[in-house]
Amino acid sequence: MIEQVADPLQESGFAKVVLELEVNNHPGVMSHICNLFARRAFNVEGILCMPMSDPRRSRIWLLVFEDQRLEQMVLQVEKLVDVLSVRRHGAEHEVFERLEKFFY
Amino acid sequence: MIQMTGAELILRLLERQGIRTVAGIPGGAILPLYDALSGSKLIRHVLARHEQGAGFIAQGMARVSGRPEVCFASSGPGATNLVTAIADAHLDSIPMVAITGQVPLSMIGTDAFQEADIYGMTVPVTKHNFLVRSAAELLQVIPDAFRLAMSGRPGPVLIDIPKDVQTQVVSFDAFPLPAIPDAAPAGDPDAIEEAARLINAAERPVLYVGGGAVHSGAAQQIVALAERAGLPTTMTLMALGVMPIDHPLSLGMLGMHGARHTNFILEESDLLVCVGARFDDRAIGKAAQFCPRAKIVHIDIDPSELHKIRNAHVAINGDVGAVLDALLPRVNVRLRKRWLSHVGSLKSRFPLHLPGLDDPRSHYGLVQAVASVVGDEAVVTTDVGQHQMWAAQAYPFRRPRQWLTSGGFGTMGFGLPVAIGAALAVPARTVVCFTGDGSFKMNIQELATLAEEGLNVKIVLMNNNSLGLVYQQQSLFYGKRVFASKYRGAPDFLKIAEGFGIGGVDLDTAQNPRAALVQALSGPGPCLIHASIDREEFVYPMVPPGGANTEMIGG
Ligand SMILES: Cc1ncc(C[n+]2csc(CCOP(=O)(O)OP(=O)(O)O)c2C)c(N)n1
Ligand SMILES: [Mg+2]
Repeated sequence: MIEQVADPLQESGFAKVVLELEVNNHPGVMSHICNLFARRAFNVEGILCMPMSDPRRSRIWLLVFEDQRLEQMVLQVEKLVDVLSVRRHGAEHEVFERLEKFFY
Repeated sequence: MIQMTGAELILRLLERQGIRTVAGIPGGAILPLYDALSGSKLIRHVLARHEQGAGFIAQGMARVSGRPEVCFASSGPGATNLVTAIADAHLDSIPMVAITGQVPLSMIGTDAFQEADIYGMTVPVTKHNFLVRSAAELLQVIPDAFRLAMSGRPGPVLIDIPKDVQTQVVSFDAFPLPAIPDAAPAGDPDAIEEAARLINAAERPVLYVGGGAVHSGAAQQIVALAERAGLPTTMTLMALGVMPIDHPLSLGMLGMHGARHTNFILEESDLLVCVGARFDDRAIGKAAQFCPRAKIVHIDIDPSELHKIRNAHVAINGDVGAVLDALLPRVNVRLRKRWLSHVGSLKSRFPLHLPGLDDPRSHYGLVQAVASVVGDEAVVTTDVGQHQMWAAQAYPFRRPRQWLTSGGFGTMGFGLPVAIGAALAVPARTVVCFTGDGSFKMNIQELATLAEEGLNVKIVLMNNNSLGLVYQQQSLFYGKRVFASKYRGAPDFLKIAEGFGIGGVDLDTAQNPRAALVQALSGPGPCLIHASIDREEFVYPMVPPGGANTEMIGG
């Protein structure tokens, strides 16, 4: 049982999607999330993480490109034990836009 | 108030969880835990000879019992040696809790002696993992690890425990309750209704069963559904045994090395009922050409499997056994004379060819000769290669958890330690390990563990003195440019086994191979059965890499 022949990867689209995650706040959570995207070769354009008012929780914002694998990606993120919820927002969400002045 | 060290606490929690056997190898960073283990009256330690062996022994126990089992390793090289066994458990959804020692907390990140970031390394190959930062955390982490390993789709969990956490004293009021699995999602009743409607309306339905049916303990419901609705049933490599192979509705294994008729019947189906399977590329070939005319009902406990490879017309997220219980009364009794007689004619036109069955020295003949001696009660493990596929094709599997093989990861070296684990879990059963000369050498050191434990493991070595499956691929698809797949040396495996204190028989030189086989399989304790296999024997039929399932060659 060797040898792999895969279909070529679909090019990612251009529509941006903002993902809002609520997660447990302890070391290692970021590595679980980033590792998941990285090992599936899914590019994360932007990432932002801060503790919430309840310090046992953090909120993570991810900026990604819409692509046919996104659905599966979100399902995988939801399976992570430390991820409590995932919400999808469109590109119009302002969290990353407001940060742009720190980058340009 | 209860007071004890972290190490003692781990032991008590494992005992309370019902763990009775742990496989492992000690080393500096896990010595406090071993010290506590030496005082346990309930848990027996099995000393492996390589941590990968320990990981696979735990897997063997878990694969026959269905509940999480435990292995121990020290920090650094001990922990990294476990990784292959953990990854293998991940791909086949085997519940397991791996506990590794780590350098003391204050030394983490200093490149201390035998420090490895096993937490970081196992993120992609575990269901979840923990780095424990205080002994008090163990009260939460240990039960959580077991709960996660066995809830939903099972899988491996790793707990990395620094040495000073093991020696730290912790006080607490009461032990946490032993973990139980989280409730599975109840399948959506509307979707179940719709699935029943599709099954009742279908003309040419096929039931496609995967390892999830084994994990869920749903074999009975699978057979009941098939019989009620008249569904010809095919099983993945992981599901062999869920429906007895001689059941009239059984189509055997599908995919790369399935029978031609199985893949042809799937091709003609108008409804595919997929239960606890994941449309793996070895099973379905080219995804777009698999069951091209079929609507799909997909039942799985893992929501991320639904619509992953193929969009389902009806997707039901839930425990497959529970969903089938709800589905069964809604499904009409159907005889399906037309479809089943067509299935029957495809079966007789394109049967699985198993030449040489009457010769116990040929590959298929050996597999069936072994089966006829040890019967349905035996547990069968394999390594990875041609011998694995020959066993999958020719062994008459008749019950779930009878067949333990490395499906998703395809790990050479799996067979022997998993057989040891199986024998530890069910000592009353004979355990047969079909191995190849290449794979056997990958965990051959566990012969020492086997001899020490005196377990009833019979190793059947199919020796073609080559990495046979690689040789086959090069012969068929790389212009016969055979490279790095034939061995030049030929070790004397019977002598090696003897050196470890394990007797054997050589079928090559036996006067009466069948009688020699019966004798070897019937005696108590371990035994090596050696048979030379012609290197030119290939696994057929075969879907060429990248091909559709209907484009099989050979056989
Ligand atoms: C650890 C590991 N390394 C490499 C492979 C690739 N591989 C798959 S089958 C195979 C040959 C196996 O040889 P053997 O155990 O003698 O079985 P045979 O095919 O000869 O029956 C190899 C090298 C693998 N599956 N696992
Ligand atoms: Mg070989």
